[in-house]
Amino acid sequence: MNERRAARERRRAQEFELFVAGAGGRLLHAALLLTGEPGRAVGSGAGVDDGSRGTEAAERLLTASLARTYADWGRLRGEDPYARTRQEMAARFARTARRYRHPRGGVLDRLAPRERLVLVLRLHEGVAEEQTAAALGLSVERVRIICTRAVNTLRSRPATPPVAAARQAPGAAP
Amino acid sequence: MSAHDRKEEEVRRMLDLGHPRVPPELAARAAARGRGILRARRAVRAVAWVLLLIAVVAFCVWAAIEAPWSAPPREP
Repeated sequence: MNERRAARERRRAQEFELFVAGAGGRLLHAALLLTGEPGRAVGSGAGVDDGSRGTEAAERLLTASLARTYADWGRLRGEDPYARTRQEMAARFARTARRYRHPRGGVLDRLAPRERLVLVLRLHEGVAEEQTAAALGLSVERVRIICTRAVNTLRSRPATPPVAAARQAPGAAP
Repeated sequence: MSAHDRKEEEVRRMLDLGHPRVPPELAARAAARGRGILRARRAVRAVAWVLLLIAVVAFCVWAAIEAPWSAPPREP
């Protein structure tokens, strides 16, 4: 009995590790957009391990969401663990949105937490309007309004943050 | 492509900054926390079973003593 449980735990840990190795980067990026931290893209130079990567809150959010996915791993029944983690992360972020009101230097700094959440789900993650509405307990109309407002806010002001500018420069001049 | 779609596409590109580096110990930390959640769930389940068992035993003892199915003694 105990041996079977141990074997199950081992398999779960292995599958989970593979999942995080594959999806971790993308999930952490989404978490970073939500928390509004600047973060630092892979390969953006030296000093990555200088203690403050600018991703602490996002890592906490992601770790807590992944822990739930780990606990529910045996009950996913074919559901995509990525979608499950994203859903958990969105719900967790919505619950604690007050913590993320203050600007931290990220791309979406000018947006309110809920606008960030809708924008990340809709545009970054490509979740359909109906699913976003269901996940956040909003009407489809409301999701559309929030998303449009967020898009307009981002475009209305000179928005290119230093990180984006640095990354776009090499691509623009081949 | 409508103006609206173009705007959304522009913002989508703005969001796409490349993935950050995932700390190597993040998966292990999440797994450890997940195991904690599982332990807590198992503990709650165990307590619920024990309470149910106590309730069943208590009911059986009460029923055996009181025998509520037998007719009440007739009043003279």
